[in-house]
Amino acid sequence: MDAIRCEHLTKIYPKVTAVDDLTLTVAEGELFALLGVNGAGKSTTVKMLATLTAPTSGDAFLLGKSIVRDRAAVKAMIALSPQETAVAPNLSVAENLSLMAGMYGFSKETAARKIAAVSETFGLGPRLSRRAGKLSGGWQRRLSLAMALIGDPKILFLDEPTLGLDVLARSELWDAIRALRGKVTVILTTHYMEEAEALSDRIGIMRDGKLLTVGSAEEIKSLTGCDKFEDAFIRVVREGVAK
Amino acid sequence: MKLFAFSARNVKEILRDPLTLGFGLGFPVALMLLLTAIQANIPVELFEIAHLTPGVAVFGLSFITLFSALLIAKDRGSALLHRLYTTPMTAADFILGYTLPLLPVAVLQTVVCYLLAFVLGLSWSPSLLFALVAAVPNAWLYISIGLLCGSVFTDRQVGGICGALMTNLSAWLSGTWFDLDLVGGAFRKVAYALPFVHAVELTRSAQIGAWGDAFPHLAWVAGYAAVVTAGAVALFLRQMRRI
Repeated sequence: MDAIRCEHLTKIYPKVTAVDDLTLTVAEGELFALLGVNGAGKSTTVKMLATLTAPTSGDAFLLGKSIVRDRAAVKAMIALSPQETAVAPNLSVAENLSLMAGMYGFSKETAARKIAAVSETFGLGPRLSRRAGKLSGGWQRRLSLAMALIGDPKILFLDEPTLGLDVLARSELWDAIRALRGKVTVILTTHYMEEAEALSDRIGIMRDGKLLTVGSAEEIKSLTGCDKFEDAFIRVVREGVAK
Repeated sequence: MKLFAFSARNVKEILRDPLTLGFGLGFPVALMLLLTAIQANIPVELFEIAHLTPGVAVFGLSFITLFSALLIAKDRGSALLHRLYTTPMTAADFILGYTLPLLPVAVLQTVVCYLLAFVLGLSWSPSLLFALVAAVPNAWLYISIGLLCGSVFTDRQVGGICGALMTNLSAWLSGTWFDLDLVGGAFRKVAYALPFVHAVELTRSAQIGAWGDAFPHLAWVAGYAAVVTAGAVALFLRQMRRI
């Protein structure tokens, strides 16, 4: 079964068509990047798939569940790490993780086990008692990702996960995202070419709400006849290469 | 479990904000001390301690309105709420999660007012305990007004609307600082069509065990609280869908 199947997914706001007739499938365990310049429709696509906003028309099925008709079932198997750092700044790292464990109804023992597990994965152990608001930007993003993963989501949405991070923090977060490959289906939105190329199994390039092309970084380079992925991206966006 | 986890988070947010506790508990105390000092020099029936305490206890709740509105408005402005919207939390979980942690703070505020009133000369009577019972519907009313405002306004707007407008409405139209019968006319009619004076009269009647007098006021307070809560839920749902 496909992890995600979008069928003519469309979102129209009063003055703009944010996502225009998006049809796309993503396989289970795949790390899929949505790439595009600002206003391309990446974040709106993620908001629809994560049930934050309803599509104007069309539908998407996450592991067979409709985002229009089965919102509760979809919510039970997804997690979102939003563009802005979504942590409770007055709560400690452990309390933030505990809050998210509570959202999924875990018992105290299960929650403690999961907190210990994600803390180890993301190196949060020595910082568990620190207020989240006092952490550096990179550590807040790590915590944000750990919070998204504590509910064992089958599909994880990462909206611009490394925006504003320095090179070192970005590299560390990339390692954490790479470690998810094959275990969780990850939809990543970014406007960093190198991030999409380094992390993703496949990349979808969007412009003005439309999906222009889908493929691996190598396939897109080959399609456009470019050696560098950045050149390939520019060519796709300027010339609107077909799927 | 979801509700408990979210409520626990909100309790921590409230208790870790010293301004909340300082204003919520300190302001009514300062007000009672000041008015009792005035009463000692220029005796006025309205400011006798048995008459004054219910009014100050209810007026103090207008700060609870401000706190509940700020809590929800700040959350709406943060990405944390977007993350929580993608979890299995329902709108009812959100509203109850914001309401329940503030109820004990509001009742504690009334307890502090009455403890100070004893020090200032209020005679003990078992029926005084009913005034604490009356604090529950009153607190529900004031918290629900905060939830409604927090679901509509930004945290900056909330400061003006709940901080200034609400405290003035509660002060002018509650019959705490002057007898509404002395003004009479349309002003009195408007005041009695709103819930604030009924909240004060409910506490005054409960304090002396006059349940026959208390119930009509209880109906006004509970009726307003139910309608405002329904409005808050509807508006919260609306903004949940408008991301």
